[in-house]
Amino acid sequence: MPKQIEYKHPLAIRWMHWINFPLLAMMIWSGMLIYWANAVYGIRIAGYEIFHFFPAWFYETLGIPYRLAEGLQLHFFFMWLFAANGVAYVIYLAISGEWRALLPIPSSFRRAGQVALHDAHIIKDKPPQGKYNDAQRIAYTGVILMGAGSIITGLSIYKPTQLAWLTALFGGYGWARWFHFWLTILFVLFFLVHVIQVILAGWSNFRSMITGREVVESGEPIAAEQEVAA
Amino acid sequence: MSDERDDIKLDEVRGIESGKRSDNTAGILKEKRVLSEPLSDVEARKRMTGYSRRGFITGGAAALIAVFGWRCMPDETKANLLRRSLEFDERVAQVFYRPTRLAPEFAPESVSAPRTNGMEGLEGEFDPASWRLSVGGLAGRNDDLVLTLDDIKKLPVTYMVTELKCIEGWSIIVEWAGVRFSDFMKAYAPKTINGTAPDVVNRPTELVPYVSLATPDQKYFVGWDMPSILHPQTLLAYEMNGRPLTPDHGAPLRIASPTKYGIKQLKRIGRIEFTAERPRDFWAEQGYDWYSGH
Repeated sequence: MPKQIEYKHPLAIRWMHWINFPLLAMMIWSGMLIYWANAVYGIRIAGYEIFHFFPAWFYETLGIPYRLAEGLQLHFFFMWLFAANGVAYVIYLAISGEWRALLPIPSSFRRAGQVALHDAHIIKDKPPQGKYNDAQRIAYTGVILMGAGSIITGLSIYKPTQLAWLTALFGGYGWARWFHFWLTILFVLFFLVHVIQVILAGWSNFRSMITGREVVESGEPIAAEQEVAA
Repeated sequence: MSDERDDIKLDEVRGIESGKRSDNTAGILKEKRVLSEPLSDVEARKRMTGYSRRGFITGGAAALIAVFGWRCMPDETKANLLRRSLEFDERVAQVFYRPTRLAPEFAPESVSAPRTNGMEGLEGEFDPASWRLSVGGLAGRNDDLVLTLDDIKKLPVTYMVTELKCIEGWSIIVEWAGVRFSDFMKAYAPKTINGTAPDVVNRPTELVPYVSLATPDQKYFVGWDMPSILHPQTLLAYEMNGRPLTPDHGAPLRIASPTKYGIKQLKRIGRIEFTAERPRDFWAEQGYDWYSGH
């Protein structure tokens, strides 16, 4: 059976994707060093806290306590790189036309449901897709919006007086910090699901984020001279 | 199994590209796919080996450089980089800073329960009755001017209910009464950079650019930039939540301002100095941002 090689991920997308990994990791790590100094959030059900961010063993295992100053230094250094990479990525999507592979449309939500049912082996047919299925489109666009949200909520707690209007948009300083925290939790959840899905999708898919290419089966015959060459 | 799946996928790609399928997002958004000419198994594998070698070597090298570059960077270099980064952040903040932008003010009913944090400069013997404020760096004199609390209270009073933000991440709403630092400076003008007569209102950029504040025992000291201390919401406060300041909140006189974190809002001010040199700062020496500006 003849093959074709698909050029799935342009070089710029691959670099920005992988650069984002350590940058986001540093933002989350330094964020935890900062959060420790006022660790007030938890998950409450009917007034009873079922999980507190974070348990003492978590901080001690990772060596987080009493590193607020270091956390702030790292956060206010890596924020530039994280934001610059994110902005560059969005600009690249816009001008390269890659947004066509990534953005969802209203009916994507219906098809994303079908993707989920297909993945769960409940329905047999997978909805038609391009490079990404509609669940991926929603997730990958969502994570861009989360990045934008982290930058905006971050700015509103970084400069709550100069950007008082922005802080007010989130309901004030305390709420802006709350949104900033929960966006980070969403990033961690995205990361976990993303890694699991990549493992399930297999090596060829993973490799395509490094080489840019993936081999697909071809329905077309090989040109004669190529067959000879092979 | 996987062959079958790939086969279906490529049929979809063709359907989308030829415009036959318009019932999907990729077709509607006119997604483009880039496919090589048909290749034999051997040729496809050969090409992919080449792409893989290049990709993994480049990626691996970049990852190693990043990880080892960061891990092996001498502590001093890293500390310098991070300090310079904070100074860069400060310059950016000052470019965009406007004194007309105000922090929100709240209704007096929304005042929170007071909270204290840190006793630096507040320990040891202190007699409020004999307290005096020393002011250095004033225009037209080389020695300190010594003021009493009554001298301060003669200046116009300003009330504000603002949010105090601790660098730890918590915040509380506090009602303050005191004298705007800018009003204080109109009465007691600092030196200018070039020695000309100061004009606090119209030519603030000619004033010496920094203010140093310290507790009477000089164990706690902070530095302020001139634009932040001239902000209309920066007060020399002597009342909190409707009562004179208590010792643990900085009696008899402290800084209150929503333009900086609490670490900059020095309690129990003993001396103020207007200065051309960037003042020492207690928490900046512990690695915190000197500017800490909001």
